[in-house]
Amino acid sequence: MVKRYKSGGSQPVLPSEITPESVYRDRRRFMQAALSVAALPVVGFSSLAEAAGYDIPADLPRYKGPDWLQPKLAEASRNAELSTRETLAPYYNVITHNNFYEFGTDKRDPVRNAQEFKTDPWTVEISGEVAKPGNYHLEDILAPHALEDRVYRLRCVEAWSMVIPWLGFPLADLIKRFEPTSKAKYVQFTTLLDKEQMPGQRGFFSTIKWPYVEGLRMDEAMHPLTLMAVGLYGNALPPQNGAPLRLVVPWKYGFKSIKSIVRIHFSETMPATSWNMTAPDEYGFYANVNPEVDHPRWSQATERRLPSSLLTPNIIDTLPFNGYADQVAHLYKGMDLTQWF
Amino acid sequence: MVSVAPMRLFRWWLFFLLLLLPLGRLVEGLLTNDLGADPAKYIVKELGFWALCWLWLTLAVTPLRKFFGWRWLMVYRRMFGLYAFFYAVLHLLAFATFLLGWRWDMLMTELTKRPYIVMGSLALLLLLPLAVTSTQKMQRRLGRRWKKLHMLIYPASLLVLLHFVWQIRSDFFQQLIFAILLAILLGYRLYLKRRS
Repeated sequence: MVKRYKSGGSQPVLPSEITPESVYRDRRRFMQAALSVAALPVVGFSSLAEAAGYDIPADLPRYKGPDWLQPKLAEASRNAELSTRETLAPYYNVITHNNFYEFGTDKRDPVRNAQEFKTDPWTVEISGEVAKPGNYHLEDILAPHALEDRVYRLRCVEAWSMVIPWLGFPLADLIKRFEPTSKAKYVQFTTLLDKEQMPGQRGFFSTIKWPYVEGLRMDEAMHPLTLMAVGLYGNALPPQNGAPLRLVVPWKYGFKSIKSIVRIHFSETMPATSWNMTAPDEYGFYANVNPEVDHPRWSQATERRLPSSLLTPNIIDTLPFNGYADQVAHLYKGMDLTQWF
Repeated sequence: MVSVAPMRLFRWWLFFLLLLLPLGRLVEGLLTNDLGADPAKYIVKELGFWALCWLWLTLAVTPLRKFFGWRWLMVYRRMFGLYAFFYAVLHLLAFATFLLGWRWDMLMTELTKRPYIVMGSLALLLLLPLAVTSTQKMQRRLGRRWKKLHMLIYPASLLVLLHFVWQIRSDFFQQLIFAILLAILLGYRLYLKRRS
């Protein structure tokens, strides 16, 4: 599959472009190198991936992202405290196995159909119960935020999971800047609606109403684990993974982590969410990972951690809140989680 | 293989290899490591899809023969049916091996928690006696009862459709196509029966 990539933001990096080991041996020299090559973005971003020890096979594309993102990618630092030490899903799995129905419903459709997706320039609308609503360039949205490298578990509602190193910043920091009013109880996110670029939005046979929308309660949105991601594996986000801006909420099923966000709206009432509208008995607003509450059509007690070998499938027990119970369980104290699934 | 005219032999091998092709492509993908990031799921899905196709093809033999007068097609009905069964068995084996690792506790959970798996299993159970009695010898021995027994393909196909429809997440294009095809294939039989 991967051999059939077209070019366009997805050119593989030549070995000669990768920063030599001596450059990133210590943090200070790494930073100096990143600063001195700001004009040569390719070297800048690849050095980060190398410094973090990420294994990106030479025959797979790296995603560069816009020029203005390069210094941010290069200066990103690992948040070890919030990162799991579990084995990473290989880069290949992360960029070729995606649920992004705007680009097709098969797991391999997004990587095939999203390579020409235009993610720069990108505007995000901030609206609703905030003191500073408006349309903002993504560059301005990101300007004050330093990127962190965080390794999270991602548990799909379909009962498979992966461990992914994201690059992003806490959603809380972004929200604070736009000063939500006292009426802001929920945040709703909207994915781009663009039938020209997103073949999945053109189909007649989808029960999802486009654009895709998702939402969080304010305290969930402000939680330090909740991440706005702009990259993974030390590089910019690939389009199939939700470039240029996506949400990552690691204790919830993957569908909550909405991709390619164009609107962030603050409201007093609980916003509509796409899967909940499609099948309300199957997908709730909260969608917290919960081994005790089955999907009506399958069990959620276990998951297949990818990569999974054929003859000995990698089946592991699913943990409450995807293993983040210590950090987030208190948000739902007193709530009946079988009712608020 | 009674009288072996070259044309017929050619046609027999053509069908034989054509229906084997999807399996060949899976094996090739497996050997070249080109089945994507989740080969287990992919293999199970593909085998199921082709089992479904061959079952529908088997059901299409009689309508095609009667409508277009293609009497030669009749010879291949057994082959199509056995291929459908073969792919369905591989589909189940791949599911139990690649997705569940033959963990019996998991198998029980899946059977109780995934209703569509019950539908698929029942369909395969119904197809089993048809595969067993597919030989000419059995056909002769069972006489008139053979035809009656092999009408089990109708409930089996409905269960297979249910197995497929029950898995819809959002896009139902494929399910719709197969439902329409089955409606035509079974409806044509009802129409003929009513007319006679």
